[in-house]
Amino acid sequence: MLWLGTIIEGVLLGGLYALFAAGLSLVFGIMRLVNLAHGDLIVLAAFAILSLTTWLGFDPFLAALLAMPVMFAAGFVLQYVLLNRTLGRDLLPPLLVTFGLSIVIQNGLLEVFTADSRRLRLGAMETASIDLGGNLAIGVIPLLTLGSALAVILLLNLLFYRTALGRAFRATSDDLEIAQLMGIDHHRIYAIAMGIAMLVATIAALYLGIRANFDPTIGPARLIYAFEAVIIGGLGSLWGTLAGGVIIGLAQTVGAKINPEWQILAGHIAFLAVVVLRPRGLFPRALD
Amino acid sequence: MMEPTRYRLASNTRASAFLAFSSIILVLMLAALPAVAGRGLIQDLIFVFYMLALAQCWNLLAGYAGLVSVGQQAFVGLGGYLLFALSIGSGIDPIAAVLLSGLIAAIFAVPTAFVVFRLRGPYFAIGSWVVAEVYRLVFAQFKQLGGGTGTSLPPSVTNEIFGIEWVKAAFDVRSPAARDIITYWIALVLAAGVLWLAYLVLRSRYGLALFAIRDSETTAESAGVDSFRTKLGVYVLVAAATGMIGALIYLQKARISPDAAFSVLDWSAYVIFVVIIGGVGTIEGPIIGVIVFYALQHYLADFGTWYLILLGALAVVTMLFAPKGIWGYVAQRYGVALFPVRRVLVRPDE
Repeated sequence: MLWLGTIIEGVLLGGLYALFAAGLSLVFGIMRLVNLAHGDLIVLAAFAILSLTTWLGFDPFLAALLAMPVMFAAGFVLQYVLLNRTLGRDLLPPLLVTFGLSIVIQNGLLEVFTADSRRLRLGAMETASIDLGGNLAIGVIPLLTLGSALAVILLLNLLFYRTALGRAFRATSDDLEIAQLMGIDHHRIYAIAMGIAMLVATIAALYLGIRANFDPTIGPARLIYAFEAVIIGGLGSLWGTLAGGVIIGLAQTVGAKINPEWQILAGHIAFLAVVVLRPRGLFPRALD
Repeated sequence: MMEPTRYRLASNTRASAFLAFSSIILVLMLAALPAVAGRGLIQDLIFVFYMLALAQCWNLLAGYAGLVSVGQQAFVGLGGYLLFALSIGSGIDPIAAVLLSGLIAAIFAVPTAFVVFRLRGPYFAIGSWVVAEVYRLVFAQFKQLGGGTGTSLPPSVTNEIFGIEWVKAAFDVRSPAARDIITYWIALVLAAGVLWLAYLVLRSRYGLALFAIRDSETTAESAGVDSFRTKLGVYVLVAAATGMIGALIYLQKARISPDAAFSVLDWSAYVIFVVIIGGVGTIEGPIIGVIVFYALQHYLADFGTWYLILLGALAVVTMLFAPKGIWGYVAQRYGVALFPVRRVLVRPDE
């Protein structure tokens, strides 16, 4: 029973990691962009939500809803003006530009919000849980996180496979040159993809801020978990990303159960074990 | 009948022959510098030398072998921790410990390579970072080395470093300054050594194989290059050098903690910044990059977060407007090469 609790906890944590990773997965799958600033962009979104709750007194969920179009616009502009210029066969330009961006965002947030730990407050709901009997209970917020992750990935998949925009996404991912010949403006497509990634990042930021303390420096660690989930899942597979998030979440909670200091380490070891066996991830959709 | 012009292959230029001579003079002059320079300058130069050495190492991996790693801090931290373990635990002289740390780092690099070489391109970059995180978390478990909070090098170790009595007498300084001078010399030897080694490797057949792999791994293999062994060779070599540099850095700092020793910002982001600002894929580039980085830090570090914001913005702007860096721009514009590693055709009358 003790282990069942741990496993449930791990799967729920995996939901949070899948949310961190879903936007990254979309961007990486469509344009092969290694966005090292993704974690910091999530933290940026968390601070945007925090500002709306403290200045205007909004509930965090409403604040996140208001922050979403702003983050979409920010992502669109970021991609259109900056990141599109770095894309190509060479890995170094996007790597350095997003590294630079990560440093700028982190220190910009430090300058505005200081290094204090913050949290999004929800009152009683923060600690509410559902009793499953037999000493098992699951938190409402973790459950909501996993539910949101499932919904996000379902919606992204519908977008990806059922709409004209999704067709353009898949086409540019599979063969950029042919897609261009067919009249697709890939710069615009990439910018929309980054905008959507930032929408998802805002949802991730909401749960990040509710579930734990955050400060301007925690972005890179979230980025690593997100990238691990993306790579485990395989290029371009959003359900794979969810599976990757759950694997990392499970490994971390099981590791922490054995020794609290092994939590993060266990997640990394699980990632390395998967990529040694399956270097292209578990469910790759596209060729890299 | 006209005799066909016989070209020959050469990689030396007139500028490079002059430079080979003047760089020996420069190194000798730098070695003699502690006789006249103050302690502040010596400490600044130690920083410049180890950043230069790290930059050359990363450049060798990413700029020539196409192994874009975000995880070289694994070997910096490993080297630092090995220095502490060897000199505190076994009482080995710190100078010998620096060398040994490099050797042991090279041994650790082999199993590490078998994991990260499964991955390609962006996957390799992220995988190498994860491996560095694993190293950090594992070293945080060693209670003898201070666990998560780290530990200091006892003065008994640093004050009995080989040659310290001689330096104290020769330069008429006290122990801390004498220690800096010895560290400075090791840093100079490492920086010059890494530079010279990179130059030799790149001008050899082995260097040609590396260029080929970077440009197209499949084509290189079909031309008979064993890409795994070639990459493994350069990876292990760079790990050994990086381990020694890490050991030297923490001999100088005399205090180590997992978060600092395995910092992605200090030992990857800044190093990548130095290489790219100067010019990736050239030996001259990191030299210029480290000078720019030092100047920025020296004049602007007091501004704290604003300095870092500027640094990040500069990285973005450089990549957008001068993706080949400062030296790349100069070399393209004026066609000069101080450390030529490319083979060119030369007419016999030239």
